[in-house]
Amino acid sequence: MTRIGFLRLFFVAGFILAVEALCRTGAISPRVLIAPSDMAVRLAWLLASGKANADIAETLGNVAIALVLSVSGGFAIGAAIHAFPRLRRAIDPFLASYYALPFFAFYPLFIVLFGLGRGAIIAIGFLFGVVAMIIATLNGFDRIPPVLVRTAAIYHMGPAAAALRIKLPSAIPYLFTGVKLAIAYSFIGVIAAEFIMASSGLGYSISYAFNNFDNGTMYALMLFVIVLVTVVNALFYSYERRLMRRWGR
Amino acid sequence: MKRTFDIVLLLTGGLVAWELLHLAVPFALTSPAGTAAKAWSMLTSAQFWPHAAETGKAFVYALLLAILGGLAIGLGLGLNRTGAEVAEPILVSIYSLPKVTLYPLILLIFGLGLPAKIAFGTIHGIIPIAIFAMNAVRNLANVHFKTARVLRLSRRQTLLTVVIPGALPEIVSGLRIGFSLTLLGVLIGEMFASQRGLGFLIMNAIGLHDVPTIMATILLLAVVAVSASAILLWLDHRLHHRVA
Repeated sequence: MTRIGFLRLFFVAGFILAVEALCRTGAISPRVLIAPSDMAVRLAWLLASGKANADIAETLGNVAIALVLSVSGGFAIGAAIHAFPRLRRAIDPFLASYYALPFFAFYPLFIVLFGLGRGAIIAIGFLFGVVAMIIATLNGFDRIPPVLVRTAAIYHMGPAAAALRIKLPSAIPYLFTGVKLAIAYSFIGVIAAEFIMASSGLGYSISYAFNNFDNGTMYALMLFVIVLVTVVNALFYSYERRLMRRWGR
Repeated sequence: MKRTFDIVLLLTGGLVAWELLHLAVPFALTSPAGTAAKAWSMLTSAQFWPHAAETGKAFVYALLLAILGGLAIGLGLGLNRTGAEVAEPILVSIYSLPKVTLYPLILLIFGLGLPAKIAFGTIHGIIPIAIFAMNAVRNLANVHFKTARVLRLSRRQTLLTVVIPGALPEIVSGLRIGFSLTLLGVLIGEMFASQRGLGFLIMNAIGLHDVPTIMATILLLAVVAVSASAILLWLDHRLHHRVA
């Protein structure tokens, strides 16, 4: 392992051990935070008992659908906006301030449009992720060398063919940034929506445990979400690296 | 000039789409005119302002803490090559965590009320500001630091006259994202377990199925957020062009 990797491990492990020590000595009350080892034990128990499986499957399914929709939709919308420079210049400031809006407030509208249940939650996850992907697509398309665009014109490619066969591969590093953000945002959107107003799913289970002073279950599920998101990010990061190396970038 | 015209055109298109959606599902969505009228009556009513002040107060404190903390972390790590390399993946994975999951922890530490909202807004805003500041300092040309050494500037002088001005454009980009996320954090904090503020107003209206109030509150928030963001965007462009 490199020195940097070792230092990183050292700091993360040191932080967890410090929290563990503070909890064990009673400096942090168990009513505020339970020891990390207890969280892991509770989580193992929860997973073995199968009590949380339905909620986990539901949340992961929602995130996956929201992610696929926001990545493909964001790429298509971004490519379309990029084709009209005037529209693009006008829409830029709105895209840039998009994330300041509280989408959760649109939940009642989504219930009417998509019915009670998963549809409305997926819609919020999609709305959260799609704009990160649109912005990344626009950034990537801005940096395509003009010679490639002219090549597409010489081969008489239509707009869709040029977007898929020339622009998509050329802009891929920027698109990866967009996908990474879309992963993070669809998790945030789905879990936050479940947290505030669903009646099932991981977010709901955490807030239910909170309301019932069930710190063991609450921290076990929080640990599960944190580990899951970190592992998904790390896997995608190493996949991106391998791909970039193979393409010699 | 042409761009202003295009923006007006886009806004008009958005309003028409909104009106059409209202005609399609009238009970789920108030019309643009109805929303504006409701927003105006809220602005002139006495009940609205204490909620707005509560949210404003939480937001200002959270943003100040996020800026100060984010700059301290970002500049500190940026000046230390090893520190930055060790911290970057950690910061990025904290950035992508769904922070709502951490809200119960914050409520248990701070209790219900203003401090919890401030803390929750701060953890949303602090990470992007830190990441942008750190990368800005790392990417500063080495010749700047050499010049500072040649001129025998003290650490404080180097920081104030070389590092911060050099990294300013990127710091403003980070501030723009930090601003949006801090507002989002404060509002989510108010929507869950709170008795005051605009987020509570929205949650309460959702419970009562009071669609005009929901829409009017979102409209007012959107106007504030988009204007603030537009000002920061303008500043961002200006600073980037001045350097380039």
